[in-house]
Amino acid sequence: MKDFIKKPFVTHLFSSIGVLAVIELMTGPPGSSTTPTAGFSGSFGERASFFGLFPTYRFVVFLAMAVILAVVWSFWHARGAQIRHGLNTGLATPRAVWQKKPVRAGFLLALLVFAILLPHIETDPYWQSVMVEQIAVFVLLALGLNVVVGFAGLLDLGFVAFYLVGAYATAWVTGALPLPSLFGIHLNTFWAIPIAIIIVMIFGVLLGLPTLRLRGDYLAIVTLGFGEIVTIFANNQYGITGGSMGTNAIPHFSIHLWFIDYAWGLASVPYYYLTLVFVVIFIVAFSLLEHSRVGRAWTAIREDEVAAESIGINPLKYKVMAFAIGAASAGFAGVVTAGQTFYVNPSSFTLPVSINILALVIFGGMGSITGVIVGAILIQSVSMYLLHSPPAGYQSSDLYIYLGAALVLMMIFRPAGLVPSRRRSREIGMAEKGEGHMDEVLTGDTP
Amino acid sequence: MGAFGHYLSAHFATLRLEFWGLLVGGLATGFIYAMVAIGYTLVYGVLRLINFAHSEIFMAGGFASYFVMKAVIGSSVPSGIASVGLVVLGIVVGGAASAMMALLLERVAYRPLRKRNAPKLAYLISAIGASYFLFNLAGKEFGRYNLSMPAPYVNHTVFTIFGAPVQMYYLVVLLVGVIMFVSLDRIVATTKLGRSIRAVAQDAETASLMGVNIDRTIALTFIIGGVFGGAAGFLFGMGSGVVFTMGFTPALKAFTAAVLGGIGNLRGAVIGGLILGVAESFSVAFVQAAFIDVVAFAILLLILMFRPTGILGERLGRSA
Repeated sequence: MKDFIKKPFVTHLFSSIGVLAVIELMTGPPGSSTTPTAGFSGSFGERASFFGLFPTYRFVVFLAMAVILAVVWSFWHARGAQIRHGLNTGLATPRAVWQKKPVRAGFLLALLVFAILLPHIETDPYWQSVMVEQIAVFVLLALGLNVVVGFAGLLDLGFVAFYLVGAYATAWVTGALPLPSLFGIHLNTFWAIPIAIIIVMIFGVLLGLPTLRLRGDYLAIVTLGFGEIVTIFANNQYGITGGSMGTNAIPHFSIHLWFIDYAWGLASVPYYYLTLVFVVIFIVAFSLLEHSRVGRAWTAIREDEVAAESIGINPLKYKVMAFAIGAASAGFAGVVTAGQTFYVNPSSFTLPVSINILALVIFGGMGSITGVIVGAILIQSVSMYLLHSPPAGYQSSDLYIYLGAALVLMMIFRPAGLVPSRRRSREIGMAEKGEGHMDEVLTGDTP
Repeated sequence: MGAFGHYLSAHFATLRLEFWGLLVGGLATGFIYAMVAIGYTLVYGVLRLINFAHSEIFMAGGFASYFVMKAVIGSSVPSGIASVGLVVLGIVVGGAASAMMALLLERVAYRPLRKRNAPKLAYLISAIGASYFLFNLAGKEFGRYNLSMPAPYVNHTVFTIFGAPVQMYYLVVLLVGVIMFVSLDRIVATTKLGRSIRAVAQDAETASLMGVNIDRTIALTFIIGGVFGGAAGFLFGMGSGVVFTMGFTPALKAFTAAVLGGIGNLRGAVIGGLILGVAESFSVAFVQAAFIDVVAFAILLLILMFRPTGILGERLGRSA
């Protein structure tokens, strides 16, 4: 009996059944406080079609899938190394081609052309607004968090605070807060962009100076707390932020210069192009930064803070820089949100948004700009699709079940992300072999 | 005396007036924080990592005991020996559910990383993911409203100290807390299990050379932390009800308590919890209710900046 249980296939079968049972619960109908078992019984007992062949119950379908999973798993267990080796040799040439700079640049250019044409391909207003509010804005947020988590290796769980400050700074300078606006003048939202970004960067420095001395795990919890506090503050200071009611009307963007006279209205497409321009600017700026002296300093601190310090890098200075620079793009995301929705309230800047941004970065690949963009586009599109046409039993907040599971699975199976940064995946590999000091100071083995 | 002086004296007057009531309430909250903090401190002791998903271990205990209480308690509020039995039942059920949750969490979210010797950033992210997964799944299955737990006893005023009423609820929390802390202290200090926990905390590699089963010890640590978290979930649920997000704030406070007392240090966790609970309770006299959470957080930030080893120090390996 014991031998039987220890057989790889049997363990894989049991684990597969466990995994599939969880998936079954995740995708099943919801329960409620009065019928707490409805979700469970429905998830397993509801009628379902057996791959379109004949009607049966959900648990039968999932058992069948568990068996398939177990077979695949066992196969991978027996032959995985061989297959991976084959794949590696087979993919060596495409990978080498992909690593070439012109190829990457060409790919990015093609992507840019596609991005420019996109609003003309997809003309559904829902998806056009999603492109701005959910995809472009979250690409910006993910790019910003990538500087903090990916480049500098600092886990910030309150990143949404920068987003909030960006949005509220816009509201402030355009005179939409109860607070008297800057210099008493009501600026156009377009001119709020630089001011809001500067305000957010200052906020990043102020937040970073006390907290970035802490080691990584403490930093994570402190930033989490700060994110909460900023929301609590925005929610309760009626005299400053307008409280939970939110701000007054924020004017749309408009430019009035000598011969340019353009105003953004209610349509999403103009905002899309405005955001796209800034996304490109941030991508270029961040990739230049990654390979600059500053980027190398971040890498050095991330890999071995003590060694970095001993060659004259001031860790605190560069960490604070990472906070401020990462905050800049989040701040701009806040400006866009404020300018487009012409009104912000604290409920759009809660902790789940921080976790959402983190999931984009982790899923795409921390430290890899291409990765986080891909991650942001993929996850946000899927989540918006689920929101738009939800499958049976899906509630909008179920998204976080999937994002949470994605975080765990990525850490177990692909910690460097979907499109890994080469440097980052090498660091992780080295840490796993016990070489190097990646993240050691980050989380600190010694107090 | 300036305006600020008047502000202070007015609020201190409130504090003097309410002192004993606030103290009792604060101690009860503090005991709950301390019980949750035990989980953070134990896991930190052996793995040197903050179990970010501990809030969901706490929640699991709350929900499990809620459903059992709802099934067992009829329309009338029990009294006498039945009440005692129900409180014990709630603690056992909550503790068992949370211990199972903790074990599962260790198995799924931590062990694969530990086997691979993953960098610590990976643990943090995995734990946050697990936490989000769990509480949102709970929200899906049990609804997203606060459910008030049927009372296993009549929550009458048992006695008063200096005019402040002490309700049954506070007595139960205090009693359960004291019994559990004393037993844990003895277990860690005297039993073989306690010795293995201390050995792994001191030096995992050497401990394994000496024949301590590390995986088993780590699992047991998670279980003990889970039992405390689950019992706290039950106690918290009796006072404030259960809801899928119930874990977040108490866990953040408990973490603060663990750091305040010195993370890795069991007695520190208890002292930290009590101090934090009382400090928070007293701060009611000074700040708006919405900013109470900010007080705890400010305390956390101040300790981390000025005395990151906490009040009793990080006595890793001598956890008792």
